[in-house]
Amino acid sequence: MGLIQIGASILTALLVGALTRGTWRTYALLALSVLAVYWFQPVVPLRSFDFWLPSLSLALVVLVWFITSQISAWKSRINFIGLSIIIGLITLVDLTRYIFPQPFLTGTTPPQFIQFIVFVLIVSLAIFAFTYLSRNNVWLLSLATIFLLSILFILKSPTLSLQASIFFRSLANRPIENASALDLRWLGFSYIAFRLIHVLRDKQLGRLPELTLPEFATYVVFFPSLSAGPIDRAERFAGDLKKDFSLTQDETLLAGQRIIIGLFKKFVIADALALIALNDALAVQVHTTGWMWIHLYAYAFQIYFDFSGYTDIAIGIARLVGIKLPENFAAPYTKSNLTQFWSSWHITLTQWIRAYFFNPFNRWIRGYKSIPSWTMILIGQLATMLLIGLWHGITFNFILWGAWHGLGLFLQNRWSDLAKTRFNINNPRLQTAMQLGGVLLTFHFVALGWVFFALSEPSLSWQVLSVLSGVSR
Amino acid sequence: MQNKPRLFAVILKATLLFVLFNFAFIFTDNLPLGKLSLYNNIFPGRERFPFGETRESYNLSLFDLDAMFASHVLAGTTKTSNEYRVFLIGDSSVWGTLLTPEQTLAGQLNVNPISACGKTVRAYNLGYPTISLTKDLMILDQAKEYQPDMIIWLTTLEAFPEDKPFESPLVANNAERIRDLIFKYELNASVKDPALNYLSQQDQTFVSQRRAVADLIRLQIYGALWASTGIDQIYPENYERAQTDLEASDDFHGLTNLSDALAIDVLDAGMHAVPVPTILVNEPMLISNGLNSDVRYNFFYPRWAYDAYRQQIAELAAAQDWHYLDLWNLVPADEFTNSAIHLTPDGETLLANKLAEAIRSTCK
Repeated sequence: MGLIQIGASILTALLVGALTRGTWRTYALLALSVLAVYWFQPVVPLRSFDFWLPSLSLALVVLVWFITSQISAWKSRINFIGLSIIIGLITLVDLTRYIFPQPFLTGTTPPQFIQFIVFVLIVSLAIFAFTYLSRNNVWLLSLATIFLLSILFILKSPTLSLQASIFFRSLANRPIENASALDLRWLGFSYIAFRLIHVLRDKQLGRLPELTLPEFATYVVFFPSLSAGPIDRAERFAGDLKKDFSLTQDETLLAGQRIIIGLFKKFVIADALALIALNDALAVQVHTTGWMWIHLYAYAFQIYFDFSGYTDIAIGIARLVGIKLPENFAAPYTKSNLTQFWSSWHITLTQWIRAYFFNPFNRWIRGYKSIPSWTMILIGQLATMLLIGLWHGITFNFILWGAWHGLGLFLQNRWSDLAKTRFNINNPRLQTAMQLGGVLLTFHFVALGWVFFALSEPSLSWQVLSVLSGVSR
Repeated sequence: MQNKPRLFAVILKATLLFVLFNFAFIFTDNLPLGKLSLYNNIFPGRERFPFGETRESYNLSLFDLDAMFASHVLAGTTKTSNEYRVFLIGDSSVWGTLLTPEQTLAGQLNVNPISACGKTVRAYNLGYPTISLTKDLMILDQAKEYQPDMIIWLTTLEAFPEDKPFESPLVANNAERIRDLIFKYELNASVKDPALNYLSQQDQTFVSQRRAVADLIRLQIYGALWASTGIDQIYPENYERAQTDLEASDDFHGLTNLSDALAIDVLDAGMHAVPVPTILVNEPMLISNGLNSDVRYNFFYPRWAYDAYRQQIAELAAAQDWHYLDLWNLVPADEFTNSAIHLTPDGETLLANKLAEAIRSTCK
């Protein structure tokens, strides 16, 4: 989100917070979020994909709602209105093609209306078929989850993304030489997919309360958290929507404070640090150990201030409309061990992975009694962190970053167990020193991990690590 | 119990403070903010003036001459009794487009130090990539406070036409300085030229000056990248070579002859701006042998105009007893890069050798 989009989001949130109540607030937020899905979507070089990708996001939202809701739920007034808002606004966005001489809301001109009608028909048929099938088939929920994961897999894999781009270019009779893995930049899909998978999984486990379509759709594509999270939980979000909310002075001040802090973090600190933060070019241009550390520190703080700044902005804007989004950061660089770091860095993603992967995986692996407990811990930590790495992108460097943290968590776990039994430090000064040492050690471990995260190739990471260690110049 | 802040009061106070700050910023106009620099303090000074348009060059163009000088290594170098300080003034060919700092004219003169007046010559690159005599004069006028022992001013015909004396953005956006120069050196230019961008009080508020402030901050941040990489421009592996097949046109700024069309007054002012030996150099240029090379020497110049210019400057230099070097054909055509005045490292070596001789001969 750029400054204009943030400004528009703040203004519209203020209006919604001040002027709407109850269900009208939900409808207004749904409408704004649907429009934001299109407006926030960056232009992609494939024709009309800045219309199709957001439309697919919304189609998936509706589809998942249908298969996780009761069969005739859509007939209720609120759901019917919700469906009408979504379809009506998508239609309106497409019709802007005929209304405005220049693209409005979308980056490029939306497709012809007849193509849009075909799209709506296909989606409607799919929804009908899935809804019909889902009556007695729990496996359909798994199928939907696998489908979402497959899209995520393609988008996160540079090779598959490139192949997909080539495929779409071939379909449109366009030259494939210009195809790139970046052609399929689908705004917020990582977050949308994780929210939908959470709903599908909770439905399978019988934990999902009945949600109306406006609540559900607003939860998944809520405009403040669309592009950079946090990943809320559906039932918590819907609970906020159901609460009676009116925008008070106190609430506005708190929200404003949070937004200003976020703007300062993102657009002053992070953007300034971005100028000198470690990147592929600097990895080969810098040959002195001291400067390489400075670029690495700059990256470590840039990524924190950038991400946490966006989170602050999202939390602040959401507060204006009565939604209390969960925190995503809790001073992560001040933590004295890696477990604490991961409890305070991208908290909602970590919690999601813990709930839907780490805990079930641990329960499953504990069934194998022959495996020693330390091996179980190692496998559990490694698998979890590799998954978090792959969520960011299916590349060697993200795998290495995940493995780095997985091994780090394992070693820290072993050390903690050992320290508990071997050491009993009562001296407060020594405790403080140990605490401080832990903070420094954890920060530097995390910072060294960013060497894999920030760069595109393992060879560049080795180059940087060798300069950082003073081995090469 | 602490009183709760009221929304209206917070917004009102914030607005008032901002408005106050915005207008108070007008009074910083007379403060040399640009002289506050991390260069030569935390970061090493730059070997040439900041200039660049892309982030990858770790450099940027700005209009604050104080900041440009403050970021230059010159500002952080104390002159020793053994230093013979030579300033090289000129355009992008002196600044060194596509050349590393060591490959530039100043860099090559410093690699193998020469002696003059019993001291060691230290050359400073004060070139700036726009072709303008007025810009050169402005830099020269500012540079004289840094104790030069010699000025070498490299220029070319394109800097002379009087039709657009303030076309260079650096000149246009330093209107106050240019006005002072016009009065100080009695130049034949109008202080009311619309090309000069004078700042009204409104233009000096923080809101109006936010770009300049941001540039100043960015320049300081880029200091870290300059310090860690030594890079201050992009060096593309491939670039388009200077044009050798030329148009059949013999037009030069719409002129039919050069008499009274060249800014000789600016040249004269520059030659007398600093009371130290000043060498005027007609810089080397590409002499094309491609299509229509009988009409034009290169992209910039038709033959008639350039020949007339050389003759006029040579006569003027002789009449004024200036130390003048006409090196127009010193460098062979294959030693030019992406422009008819940009030299390869080897081309720079040829020029540096010539200038080294000139420096030595000026003060043995």
